[in-house]
Amino acid sequence: MNPVNYLYLAALLFTIGATGVLLRRNAIVVFMCIELMLNACNLAFVTFSRMHGNLDGQIMAFFTMVVAAAEVVIGLAIIVSIFRSRHSASVDDASLMKL
Amino acid sequence: MENLIGWLVAAPLLGAAVLLCGGKRLDRLGHWLGTLLAAASFVIGAVLFLDMLGEDEHHRAMHQHLFSWIPVGGFQADVAFQLDQLSMTFVLLITGVGTLIHIYSIGYMEHDERRRRFFGYLNLFLAAMLLLVIADNYLLLYVGWEGVGLASYLLIGFWQHKPSAATAAKKAFLVNRVGDVGLSIAIMLMFTTFGTFTFGPVLEATGETSEGKLTAIGLMLLLAACGKSAQVPLQSWLGDAMEGPTPVSALIHAATMVTAGVYLITRSGAIFNAAPDAQTAVVTVGAVTLIFGAIIGCAKDDIKKALAGSTMSQIGYMILAAGLGPIGYVFAIMHLVTHGFFKAGLFLGAGSVMHGMNDEVDMRKYGGLRKYMPITFITFGLGYLAIIGFPGLSGFFSKDKIIEAAFAKGGTEGWILGLTTLLGAAITAYYMTRVMLLTFFGEERWRNAATRSPNAPSAEPAAETRGEHAEPHPHESPKSMTIPMIVLAFGSVFAGGLFSVGDRFVHWLEPVTGHDHGDSPLSATTVTLSTVAVLIVGVSLAWAQYGRKPVPVVAPRGSLLTRAARRDLLQDDFNHVVLVRGGEHLTRSLVYVDHKLVDGVVNGTAASVGGLSGRLRRLQNGYARSYAVSMFGGTAVLIAATLLMRAV
Amino acid sequence: MSFPLLTAMAVVPAVGALVTAAIPAAQRTTAKWVALLFSLVTLVLAAVTLVRFDPDSEDAYQLTESHAWIADFGVRYELGVDGIAVVLVALTALLIPFVILAGWNDADPPASSVHDKHDKHVKHEAADEVVTQGRWRPTQGFFALILMVEAMVILSFEATDVFLFYVFFEAMLIPMYFLIGGFGDRAGQLSEEETATQRSYAAVKFLLYNLAGGLIMLAAVVGLYAVTADDLGTGTFSLQQIAEARASGQLDISTNTERLLFLGFFFAFAVKAPLWPLHTWLPNAMGESTTPVAVLITAVVDKVGTFAMLRFCLQLFPEASKWATPVILVLAVISIIYGALLAVGQRDIKRLVAYASISHFGFIILGIFAMTSQGQNGATLYMVNHGISTAALMLVAGFLISRRGSRLIADYGGVQKVAPVLAGTFLIGGLATLSLPGLAPFISEFLVLVGTFSRYPAIGIIATVGIVLAALYVLVLYQRTMTGPVKAGIEGMPDLKARELTVVVPLIALLVFLGVYPKPVTDMIDPAVGRTLSVVDKQDPKPDVPAQDVEAAK
Repeated sequence: MNPVNYLYLAALLFTIGATGVLLRRNAIVVFMCIELMLNACNLAFVTFSRMHGNLDGQIMAFFTMVVAAAEVVIGLAIIVSIFRSRHSASVDDASLMKL
Repeated sequence: MENLIGWLVAAPLLGAAVLLCGGKRLDRLGHWLGTLLAAASFVIGAVLFLDMLGEDEHHRAMHQHLFSWIPVGGFQADVAFQLDQLSMTFVLLITGVGTLIHIYSIGYMEHDERRRRFFGYLNLFLAAMLLLVIADNYLLLYVGWEGVGLASYLLIGFWQHKPSAATAAKKAFLVNRVGDVGLSIAIMLMFTTFGTFTFGPVLEATGETSEGKLTAIGLMLLLAACGKSAQVPLQSWLGDAMEGPTPVSALIHAATMVTAGVYLITRSGAIFNAAPDAQTAVVTVGAVTLIFGAIIGCAKDDIKKALAGSTMSQIGYMILAAGLGPIGYVFAIMHLVTHGFFKAGLFLGAGSVMHGMNDEVDMRKYGGLRKYMPITFITFGLGYLAIIGFPGLSGFFSKDKIIEAAFAKGGTEGWILGLTTLLGAAITAYYMTRVMLLTFFGEERWRNAATRSPNAPSAEPAAETRGEHAEPHPHESPKSMTIPMIVLAFGSVFAGGLFSVGDRFVHWLEPVTGHDHGDSPLSATTVTLSTVAVLIVGVSLAWAQYGRKPVPVVAPRGSLLTRAARRDLLQDDFNHVVLVRGGEHLTRSLVYVDHKLVDGVVNGTAASVGGLSGRLRRLQNGYARSYAVSMFGGTAVLIAATLLMRAV
Repeated sequence: MSFPLLTAMAVVPAVGALVTAAIPAAQRTTAKWVALLFSLVTLVLAAVTLVRFDPDSEDAYQLTESHAWIADFGVRYELGVDGIAVVLVALTALLIPFVILAGWNDADPPASSVHDKHDKHVKHEAADEVVTQGRWRPTQGFFALILMVEAMVILSFEATDVFLFYVFFEAMLIPMYFLIGGFGDRAGQLSEEETATQRSYAAVKFLLYNLAGGLIMLAAVVGLYAVTADDLGTGTFSLQQIAEARASGQLDISTNTERLLFLGFFFAFAVKAPLWPLHTWLPNAMGESTTPVAVLITAVVDKVGTFAMLRFCLQLFPEASKWATPVILVLAVISIIYGALLAVGQRDIKRLVAYASISHFGFIILGIFAMTSQGQNGATLYMVNHGISTAALMLVAGFLISRRGSRLIADYGGVQKVAPVLAGTFLIGGLATLSLPGLAPFISEFLVLVGTFSRYPAIGIIATVGIVLAALYVLVLYQRTMTGPVKAGIEGMPDLKARELTVVVPLIALLVFLGVYPKPVTDMIDPAVGRTLSVVDKQDPKPDVPAQDVEAAK
């Protein structure tokens, strides 16, 4: 199968994720969309790795996964604490950069 | 002996410093101290004079170098004095008449709570004027010149609580400052032309430079003289200066201040001699002022203002004479000295009259005062005879010589000037007779003047300060006031004769100013006779108008010319409309421009930056999503740009 | 190595500032005395410097100190004074004690009620009790800031390294900003809040104008470094090195570069000076600040601008200076006439003095750029005399304002009757401002005019008109405030007190002394001016018919 198709898929996933980030207000959904974008990137990395025949891309993908995991931890913690104080998970409610 | 010269100035200056800084402790003897120091200055002057008489007439000039004042590169100004015959004449006049006025003021200002300060200012006036006449360079002369302006400012505005006095003082200083600009430009011109402004070198070097430069210097000096000597077009301050106490008027008009212009022109004779155009300007100014002042003198009902008009006119004579060149210098100074005597006497007499009449200045409310104030009447009368040029008295000799000199100028110019001076003599006789008749003769108009209009607002500010409109009780003034008047009356009678016998005065001044007889188209006798003739005409006209029939207390409306003359020939109105109003509009619009335009440009820049940032700020709305949009947008643009660049 | 006198003169007030600021809140009076003491020590040091300074020396700069500072960029800590600088340092050291003394009560805690402005004593005692418990520290801050300004001004007069100068030239703005914005004139007509708005507007305007000037100058400073680095191998900021390199032909700046660098420097100095049309910050700043601070601005801080024109613009960029002369002269003449006309139109006493100062700065700049020995001597002397005369006039005006609580001319009238000494000193200050002969400013003004006239007659004559206008605004001010009938609110006005007389009398004495015998000062200045002119390579115009030659011929 032509590896370029994987790139198309990655681009599609990235776009879906980006659109979600821009349009949705629910912090959890935004968060999941970010994950989607990250994974789209991972897919692109792996594809490039395959196309170029070296392992750099795959190593990068692992890197991204680790970073994403750390990000999930912190991000969820922030969302939870915002939800606790505001009783809402809407990102627009947190526009003032303070509690 | 020469070391004494500095003390001429130092004595009154010391007096001014002590009196003005001394505080209330000196209130009780301040006036004596002031008078004493003025007298001391006179004594020093007299000693120096005797010393000078002992010298050979060409080696009479004395010099004293005190210290180097402004030593800057090629610009060297020294504090140094030069006392020659010309300066000496002024020194004696200033200190002599000045001391008499000091004595007079002791009585005149007796009830003024600020008498000490008044004497301090008088001393300052003398010091400045003396510095002016004994300086040996133009810059030091300038110091005295402005010092005189300052002293006159302080004295004219002495009764500062009266707004009119404060305004008059300010006006005097400002008009004088315009003249001062002339003097400072003249000094600058001298510096660029000759590299110095010391009298000796400058006056000697006049032969070497172009006439154009000298004419420029001469015209600037003339501007200066116009300011100080109240000549047209800078004469407007003189009438208002009557707001000061009367001794001040006497001092300004007789001994100091207005004579400074004549001194300046005579001193700079060498410059004017080499610049005929400048001389023409000088005689023109003199002739115009001579008539101008005389016309104003005819219309004024305020005794002091009538005398002020007369001063203007008499100084016009002197300036005219000085403009004639070597023919006239000596006579200008001679008339200045005799005028110093009789004008001081007239002003002191006027002050004495006011003193006895509750400070009333309107001559229409005088009348028949000769019975009540005999000494004042006699001294004033002698001064009057002197000023109109009654044969044998001082004014006759000096004025006659000027008229002669004017004819001697020669040509059409000589005729015009001669006839102008004759006309001036006639008008002088007219208005001085008018003053005399209104004040000392006729019915006693003051008797019922007060009861007739008890509440009528008086036009004269002095009347307001009276506080009451009771009928005055004219009385003779105390001795301290009458003695100076008597001394001055002697001067008015004899000075002219003393000077003229054997041409003493001419010989005295000739080494300094030079002298030339000119060639008169008329003989001396003809001139004298015509002078006497116009004198008689003037006196009879005045008598016909004011002596034969009763004088109305309220001035009649009068002809157009009379009304204009009452308002100083509309010169003040012109100043007011053009300079004062125009200036106000100019400054106000400039304030507006500064605020709106100059500041506005800057504020406008600030405002537009502020507006821009206000708009930019809206992007920072705190919504994470909108930031994300801009990030995506930015990235997209960047990528597109990169691709485009690649493609190209 | 000898005692670093020049550094000491700046360190003393700087230390004084720190000490004053550290004094506990309750001991306000101690703080004032400490500040005064330090300023007096500085004055003594300045006097020692004047004595040690040798006007006839061959060296361009004396009492020099030189240490490496930022070696990588050739920046050195170099101090030195010539005749011009030493006189201005002395002026600064002289004026600060008077400024402190005049501002003795200006930073005291505000009164609890605004209305009883007339009897200050009652108000102060009452207020002291209330606030002593609270922590009122601005008094200490006020005097500390004044000393800080003194230190920086003195250093900028002494610096012979361009970068060092730049640092202090800019750093001066910080304490000045706080002095203007933090300590307002309490005599405003408006409510407390509006006054505060006006004041912060003035302070920000002051800061922005001067910062803008400073930034452009910074670019020029960097440019200068680049130029010297190109030609000499290592960049330098040292005035003397640059001057030597220029003289030896080693450093050759192209005409355009020199002009651009000159403009960069000149712009900053023209803002500070201030020259029309960059002047509008001055009336605001002087109007809103307390009178001692206003004196500080116009008599001391602004002098750095005109001084720097003489030292940096002319000496670093002589050719460009000559190139720009016509425009600068015209701007200076506009300043003279425009400042004077606006002074006539003012209704506020302090703003009037501010505009008068703009007119006077026009004279100073005129004298500097006339490039004649009379002009530059006059300009330097003018800086000194203007400092003293404005201080005298402004401080007396301040005493007047503090009594009545109003800056508006219309609120006064007949003061002369109730407070003759105050009126008398005010008149003398005014007469000095209008350059009456016999008082110091006359000499400098006349020298400037003669110096200008001998090279540019037309400009000299126009500038002379300024002396009539000066008489106008001074006398109108005096007439409206001091003469006439006594106005309501003036009746009980007390005359000058001992502290105020201590401020005014020495200043007036100095004005009279320097008016009669300016030789000590001109002897200091004259050689330095000669040196500056030789750098610029200009000679005085020769008179047409030198009188000496005529005499010699005879």
